Amino acid sequence: MSSGCLQTEEFFPPLKRACPPYTSSTEFEEATNLLAETPDAATTSRSDQLTPQGHVAVAVGSGGSYGAEDEVEEESDKAALLQEKQQQQQPGFWTFSYYQSFFDVDTSQVLDRIKGSLLPRPGHNFVRHHLRNRPDLYGPFWICATLAFVLAVTGNLTLVLAQRRDPSIHYSPQFHKVTVAGISIYCYAWLVPLALWGFLRWRKGVQERMGPYTFLETVCIYGYSLFVFIPMVVLWLIPVPWLQWLFGALALGLSAAGLVFTLWPVVREDTRLVATVLLSVVVLLHALLAMGCKLYFFQSLPPENVAPPPQITSLPSNIALSPTLPQSLAPS
Amino acid sequence: MAEAEESPGDPGTASPRPLMRDLKAVGKKFMHVLYPRKSNTLLRDWDLWGPLILCVTLALMLQRDSADSEKDGGPQFAEVFVIVWFGAVTITLNSKLLGGNISFFQSLCVLGYCILPLTVAMLICRLVLLADPGPVNFMVRLFVVIVMFAWSIVASTAFLADSQPPNRRALAVYPVFLFYFVISWMILTFTPQ
Repeated sequence: MSSGCLQTEEFFPPLKRACPPYTSSTEFEEATNLLAETPDAATTSRSDQLTPQGHVAVAVGSGGSYGAEDEVEEESDKAALLQEKQQQQQPGFWTFSYYQSFFDVDTSQVLDRIKGSLLPRPGHNFVRHHLRNRPDLYGPFWICATLAFVLAVTGNLTLVLAQRRDPSIHYSPQFHKVTVAGISIYCYAWLVPLALWGFLRWRKGVQERMGPYTFLETVCIYGYSLFVFIPMVVLWLIPVPWLQWLFGALALGLSAAGLVFTLWPVVREDTRLVATVLLSVVVLLHALLAMGCKLYFFQSLPPENVAPPPQITSLPSNIALSPTLPQSLAPS
Repeated sequence: MAEAEESPGDPGTASPRPLMRDLKAVGKKFMHVLYPRKSNTLLRDWDLWGPLILCVTLALMLQRDSADSEKDGGPQFAEVFVIVWFGAVTITLNSKLLGGNISFFQSLCVLGYCILPLTVAMLICRLVLLADPGPVNFMVRLFVVIVMFAWSIVASTAFLADSQPPNRRALAVYPVFLFYFVISWMILTFTPQ
């Protein structure tokens, strides 16, 4: 590490004092490159990328000034981060600390990733800019859990509200929907990324190019993209059908756009046919998930589903009553 | 768990009333949950009897009648049990993976004991449901459940928040919020048939 420090000291003597906190020369070079491009960006210690113990919040605001230099910076970013990854040593998968490395995130980082998934931008790759090659399992796991429970709860709430309007509907807690919601959301969020990752790796074998995303990064992409469905599901409580379809379309558009913008850099080097088919399958599966949620959890119960016999038998009794009424009235 | 061995073959050597001592310990922890303040009693002498009693009580009260339809009713006994215990284990694992310095069973103990306010809410709801159904009935139950939910969250955060580094506290507390929210939902939607 000290040799790396000296190396940069030769080129940038005024920045010598910043040398000790950094633990890697490549990180320092990257920082000085970026400083040279954007002199008014705030300098903060980036040591959180390599040393898990010292957690300092990264100055996320400085990301906004990178706008014009996306492509150039992306290449240097990739190279620097790849080198970092090779330098890190992974503990064995049987140790607890192996799994702890997937939960090595702060509150601010999780919130930043959620924001990044809510506002997808064409040049702004989610994996490079927000994950920064440190995917986490916290986000995908708890977003899926929240979505599953919110689906079950709001589905039940719509039934309650429907019963208010139409007392003939039979209300029941429908607890089995929690199980269904949980299983389907988790299967989607883990099996589809697995299939996608497998497919991309197979294509990588066919065409030599720079790495597709790791499995965890794919899981992260999908997990964080499901976040926008949570407010959508809550807004589906409003019992206006066209509004529900509007919200659904909006949320699906945002989510699918996020997925497409993130997958595009990896897929664009492949043949046109494979790229379009892959992206359309991804969007289609996402749309199927949204529609399945809407139709299964928010179905408005048709009235004939509910206790028809009492209604039929009540009619003859009404008819039987009315002839007797004049008779009862007559004596009085 | 702190429990002296009772040897039936040796009446002279058995220590007097270990059951009472355990019950007193459980009761003391109940008091700590009802009046949460910064104290380490819950963490130091953890035990899982209290959570077990509370979980069984809650599951028994939430259980749907056998006359109810198989598919559409409330949770079964086993479902409540699974949600409570697997939920608590998942939250504990999450807390430890995020780097918290609380032990596995201590965390289970805290989460289990903090179900006490919600169990009390369940009892109150069942009593309230004996009266006429209607919007007032529902409002009373909603109010009780919300208050007890807040109480559970405050009690468990008082014990668990200190074990996490400050920049991850929200990440560790959010699953606790979700856990008690689901239990509160099960209590609120309980309808006797």
